[in-house]
Amino acid sequence: MSELLLDYLPLVIFIAVAMAIGAALLVVPFLVAYKQPDPEKLSAYECGFNAFDDARMKFDVRFYLVAILFIIFDLEVSFLFPWAVAFGELGLFGFWSMMVFLGVLTVGFIYEWRKGALEWD
Amino acid sequence: MLEFWTDYVWPVLVVLAQSVLLLVILLIAVAYIIYADRKIWAAVQLRRGPNVVGPWGLLQSFADLLKFVLKEPVIPSGANKGLFLLAPFVTCVLALAAWAVIPVNEGWVIANINVGILYIFAISSLGVYGIIMAGWASNSKYPFLAALRSAAQMVSYEVSIGFVIVTVLLCVGSLNLSEIVDAQDGKYGMFNWFWLPLLPMFVIFFVSALAETNRPPFDLVEAESELVAGFMVEYGSTPYMMLMLGEYVAIATMCALGTIMFLGGWLAPFPVAPFTWVPGVIWFTLKCLFMFFLFAMAKAIVPRYRYDQLMRLGWKVFLPISLAMVVIVAGVLQFTGLAPK
Amino acid sequence: MRGALHMIVYALFFYLFAGVCIASAIMVVASRNPVYSVLFLILAFVNASGLFMLMGAEFLAMILVVVYVGAVAVLFLFVVMMLDVDFAELRQGALQYLPIGTLVGIVLLAELLLVVGAWAIAPHVADVIAAPIPPFYSVSNTEALGQVLYTRYVYFFQVAGVILLVAMIGAIVLTLRHKPNIKRQDVSQQVARTKADAIEVVKVKSGQGLS
Repeated sequence: MSELLLDYLPLVIFIAVAMAIGAALLVVPFLVAYKQPDPEKLSAYECGFNAFDDARMKFDVRFYLVAILFIIFDLEVSFLFPWAVAFGELGLFGFWSMMVFLGVLTVGFIYEWRKGALEWD
Repeated sequence: MLEFWTDYVWPVLVVLAQSVLLLVILLIAVAYIIYADRKIWAAVQLRRGPNVVGPWGLLQSFADLLKFVLKEPVIPSGANKGLFLLAPFVTCVLALAAWAVIPVNEGWVIANINVGILYIFAISSLGVYGIIMAGWASNSKYPFLAALRSAAQMVSYEVSIGFVIVTVLLCVGSLNLSEIVDAQDGKYGMFNWFWLPLLPMFVIFFVSALAETNRPPFDLVEAESELVAGFMVEYGSTPYMMLMLGEYVAIATMCALGTIMFLGGWLAPFPVAPFTWVPGVIWFTLKCLFMFFLFAMAKAIVPRYRYDQLMRLGWKVFLPISLAMVVIVAGVLQFTGLAPK
Repeated sequence: MRGALHMIVYALFFYLFAGVCIASAIMVVASRNPVYSVLFLILAFVNASGLFMLMGAEFLAMILVVVYVGAVAVLFLFVVMMLDVDFAELRQGALQYLPIGTLVGIVLLAELLLVVGAWAIAPHVADVIAAPIPPFYSVSNTEALGQVLYTRYVYFFQVAGVILLVAMIGAIVLTLRHKPNIKRQDVSQQVARTKADAIEVVKVKSGQGLS
């Protein structure tokens, strides 16, 4: 077990170094750069005139549908990973088992397509 | 006590030195791919591109770094300050972190983990947070719209990248990136690499990588004519630079991933004498540069997609094709007995 | 010496991940802004993935990040950004849900105790598990999972597929609303257009024009 974890120790060190570089880059201008803020400089960007209302508005439910469909396909992909890795040892049964699984989801995909859930309007 | 030094402190110091070395080389390489990007873009449009700072403008990116560091960091008064600064940090660190598992030569890898490709997949799926956080924390119209667009876009293309990875894994039988390269080794050299048998997947991977990294023609996130600079509108100084840096490092990661999965990583294109003398790291770099050249040319010559076309391509073209290819590749491997044991 | 130091480093990482995980879980409930809640939830997920890693379950650790952080939390962020609800107002009446919340908490606690208790009462159960965990150095974790999931546990696997199908259909039925009067691009129609049905050449006599 600890040998497995030893493979990951360099990963932790690498991420720590990356964080140090990131933090350094982020902090430097606050230390060295010339600063003279004023209200106009600190206001949100606008195009000609001030924004009418809060920037954080409601948006289309369609984004929500995309996110749900993504979760489902992402799960499908995560089921495929161990299958692909163990593919050589699974034999015919493992192969058809996955084909049935994909078949069920393809039915869902066809339903989506026919209902027009993949259209963007 | 001596044992403590030789067993613990020394290996950690070695890894630390390797990490710093890789990151420094990576950052310098990114400085030059930004330069290359601008030069290629300029050449396609019959312009000169950067040519003032240093000979042929070679020091342009470093001058830009200096400029960003000396710029006034502006945080909008309406922004959520912590998140506003966290967003570039997250983008930059996540993009860099992916390189810990990328083998640049046989055995030249910081962390040779079993699930390397899954790690990169996970890191790239986190990339969307930098953009959402930047867009939301800015509390400004354009960044918010850009964040929404980009989240839906990145999410849509990640599915097809997932299926592409699965087809490669079917031919390899391991999630380790070095083993993926080893599986492409053979006596036919470059014709053993996966780009040939899995050509449709290579194309899908390339286009999805463009969309995943918000590169043109899929740069709707920062489409200048509609969203000014997208989620980066409110950023300046090094926070802006870190967002750009994260973007280019992510592109470099995608180039490296494409090289490893389809172009045989560090392997020489022909397994005969003059080619095998060249060190693997040179081949790896050349292949990454080739991939980046494709990225740069796509930016220069392809017009931007419309949002509905973008979603259509992702969900109605790439997803069914890549799903079908998973089934076809698995079927071929199963019924010809070629599956790796 | 060697083993002892390994254990110390291991314990340090365990307490780091566990501590941050619990702290961020508390912040999920306590923070005033729902967007911050989701971001703390992401932090909790990442640390839970670190805990999985410490147990040697590398595949699960990565999938936790890919699925929960990369997909589910994106959906949560969409929802809290989309629902324009005044969460401070919503919080006013939160106390009236305390009894039912406590009940759910107690049920969860009891279940956790049952799991831990079962291991304590009957430790030999691990030996009679149908598919014992292979040692990590012979078979990688992902492969070990693949070897049993699609053959031995095929029914559970297929049920998972059906659940995903139901989720897909449910999401479409609940959220899909077509806006009327929208012109969509039909690529096949565009490509199928020929010169014959797009252009008409008309000879116009000078001075007369088209009637």
